[in-house]
Amino acid sequence: MEYIIAIFIGLLYACGVYLVLRRSIVKVILGVFVLSNATNLIIFLSGGITRGGAAFIPEGAETVDPATISDPLPQALILTAIVISLGISAYILALKYRYFDVTGTHDLDQLKNTDQR
Amino acid sequence: MDNLLSLLIALIFLAGFATPLIHKLAGKKTGLLLAIVPLSLFIVLLLELLQLAPRESALLQTSVSLLPGMDFAFRIDGLSLIFGLLISGIGTLVLLYAAFYMAKYERQAHFFTYLTLFMGAMIGLVFSDNLMVLFIFWEITSVTSFFLIGFDHHVDKSRQAALQALLITGFGGLCLLFAVILTGNITGTYVISELLQQSIHLGNHPQYYLILALIILGAITKSAQFPFHFWLPGAMQAPTPVSAYLHSATMVNAGVFLLMRIYPIMGGTMPWKYALMITGGITMFLGAFFSMGQRDFKRILAFTTISALGTMILLIGIDTTSSLKAALVFFIVHGLYKGGLFMIAGIIDKTTGTRDIYDLHGLGRQLPLTAAVTLLALVSMAGLPPMLGFLGKELIYEAKMQLPDVAWLVLPLSVGANIMMVAISITVYYELFFRRKNKAAITLKYRERELPFYFLAGPVLLAAAGLFLGISPAFLELPVGNGLFFMGALTGSIQLSLWHGFNEVLRLSIFTVLSGISVFMLRAPITRFIQKMVRWFDQWPLPTLFTQLINKYLTAAAKNTNLLQHGYHRFYLLTFFLAVIALMGLQIFRITEIDLPELAASPLKIHVALLLLVTAGAVIYAVFSSSRLSAILAMGVVGYGIALLYLYYGAIDLAITQFLAETVLMVLFVMVIYYLPAFAVLSSRKSRLRDGLISLGVGTFITLVVLKAKFLNLETPISEYFAARAYTEGHGRNIVNVILVDFRALDTMGEVTVLILAAAGVYSLFRFQIKTLKKKKQNKA
Repeated sequence: MEYIIAIFIGLLYACGVYLVLRRSIVKVILGVFVLSNATNLIIFLSGGITRGGAAFIPEGAETVDPATISDPLPQALILTAIVISLGISAYILALKYRYFDVTGTHDLDQLKNTDQR
Repeated sequence: MDNLLSLLIALIFLAGFATPLIHKLAGKKTGLLLAIVPLSLFIVLLLELLQLAPRESALLQTSVSLLPGMDFAFRIDGLSLIFGLLISGIGTLVLLYAAFYMAKYERQAHFFTYLTLFMGAMIGLVFSDNLMVLFIFWEITSVTSFFLIGFDHHVDKSRQAALQALLITGFGGLCLLFAVILTGNITGTYVISELLQQSIHLGNHPQYYLILALIILGAITKSAQFPFHFWLPGAMQAPTPVSAYLHSATMVNAGVFLLMRIYPIMGGTMPWKYALMITGGITMFLGAFFSMGQRDFKRILAFTTISALGTMILLIGIDTTSSLKAALVFFIVHGLYKGGLFMIAGIIDKTTGTRDIYDLHGLGRQLPLTAAVTLLALVSMAGLPPMLGFLGKELIYEAKMQLPDVAWLVLPLSVGANIMMVAISITVYYELFFRRKNKAAITLKYRERELPFYFLAGPVLLAAAGLFLGISPAFLELPVGNGLFFMGALTGSIQLSLWHGFNEVLRLSIFTVLSGISVFMLRAPITRFIQKMVRWFDQWPLPTLFTQLINKYLTAAAKNTNLLQHGYHRFYLLTFFLAVIALMGLQIFRITEIDLPELAASPLKIHVALLLLVTAGAVIYAVFSSSRLSAILAMGVVGYGIALLYLYYGAIDLAITQFLAETVLMVLFVMVIYYLPAFAVLSSRKSRLRDGLISLGVGTFITLVVLKAKFLNLETPISEYFAARAYTEGHGRNIVNVILVDFRALDTMGEVTVLILAAAGVYSLFRFQIKTLKKKKQNKA
């Protein structure tokens, strides 16, 4: 299982990097989505890939045996990451929209000289 | 008394910053008003000097501290008092002088601000008891002198000269900083008094040569020694009061001061001796030699300054008690006559409109006072009695004759330089003041009586001081003796007298004077010869070489920057990814051999594998799809696939969040995509292949890292802490939620802030759009 998941993450990274290296800005944005998803996945699986129960404390009990649940800490971190990447993605999209509206191009190579010359 | 001194030093800076205000109130009298500050400092220093015992130094602690270990404390001993007296005394006269000289200049407020700050920095430099603080003042003098030299900034030459001076002295400043830090690291203190008290000598330390080289570089760049001498003749582009000040008591003398100050800590070794003797000797001779070939009075003086500084450096390098004594006395001598002579050059420039000595003649009758004062100053420069210059020169000869091994080389160089000094003194005086029958009298713009007294006060008082100290040099015994004591000389008291018997030294002096007179007699061929030499020398013009070097450096830097900062987004990323693969990959292989986990670590789950397969297919499809909409939908499939994976591994909250976020994002994307252009293949096949290879490399590398980490099974995850306390302390049963809103609430707060900012950004970006659309519609209508 480890092999398959590792290769899967590697594949996500490869696709993300390939997209990020494109000249079209839409593809770059897609690449950023893929990369952030893949990174979340690494963090999540760093807690071990043994399947555990949901990180709940059952009714009536005060604590829960950590061995029986999936690690709650990476989950909390990733939850934050997902929400932030949602915000940033929305912002990038809006920016991209505006940028295309102003410049009329989606080719990054034509963007390189805005601040000089 | 002591507090008064600290206050006065602070007051100079205060006055400097307040100068624009003073100028508004006082107008043309600014210089006169400002002169009060250095004058009072001068008086206080004089009183301080009277209190000083031969082997005593005083330390003024102030409560001001830059950083721990970098306190502003002022050290008062013979050395700093001599320098301080000259700086404040000549500073007073220069301010008075400038009040008239600069009267018709624009931006006088600027001028006096720079000049006063420069003065303050120089005072701070000589009195500071901390090497770091000394360095800071050293740099302030470089910066303020940059503004002063380039004061006529509409003239191209001035700007160039200023830049040159700044770059050279700035380079020296960096060397000094480096040396100071190294010294501080070795000795554990930057405080000069402690260094002197502990009598630490760095001579045996392995880094000694490095420190010494850096210190000497710092000193000789500041003091305009060969081969860095060329910035000083250039610096005469500054208004004359500035030149008078830079040359006589400040700036170039800072290098001499530095060497004297650190002499007990690192002086007296063989490399010290030879480095200083060679640089000083060459500079001394070349400066005096080339001064004869110049026509411009200020330029002649600039070259004699270079020569005089060479003499001082040489004397410090000779390193005997008598040579250090000679150096210290000669600093006073030089300050007094050079300050006066520059001011006279300014007076002649003002009255006649030219500084070319060969265009002038017969001024003796028209400017009698100036002629008399010039005579005294030039007598001092030539080293003739009864001026202090005679004493200085005698001491120098005496020191050099006592030199054990290299007297045969140093002495002829020194005598040669002095012969040229005598000759140039006579030449200058003859050309300026003697009458020529076949030439018409020079018409003057001002007569001497029309000049205000404070304009003439400078040269008159300086010449008088030279004469007075020459006749009664006993007044110098105390400060010079004290200064020498703190330079490591055994005795704290010395005797100085103008007449010290008919001995070898005096015979040499007489020989010098006679030779000087004969050089003057034969000056026509000699001047021609020197001018030829100067031209020959100019085949390798150092200033031009220097400018070229700077320009080449700038071009290379620009090329380099253009190469690295090409502006192509994807090439930056390319560089980044390649570097990551190369460096981190190397590191992973280096630490341990690849040690992959057992394949059977956990059994293969068919449904999970299927999920991964579908997601992988979706992501590959998203990459290669030529339709925007299907690429986005495929991306949605990837997001949902990962959400399902979270769900399978028990992370319910994550799964829910991922579903929601992915949905919102899809909606947004689809909304925007309508306005975006269709996908187009922009890059060539070759670059796609290259990118593909690099992405595969990154993917493989990440896979290896993930496997290598074995999913990071740490020994004691801190999650147990959260699991145990989520209910008892956080009062919630969903541990993830409790972590988010309770244990790590600040993180969540940050997250909310990011969301709000993003929302504000999105809103404003769209709002703009609406406005422009409305405008467009209006335009159409």
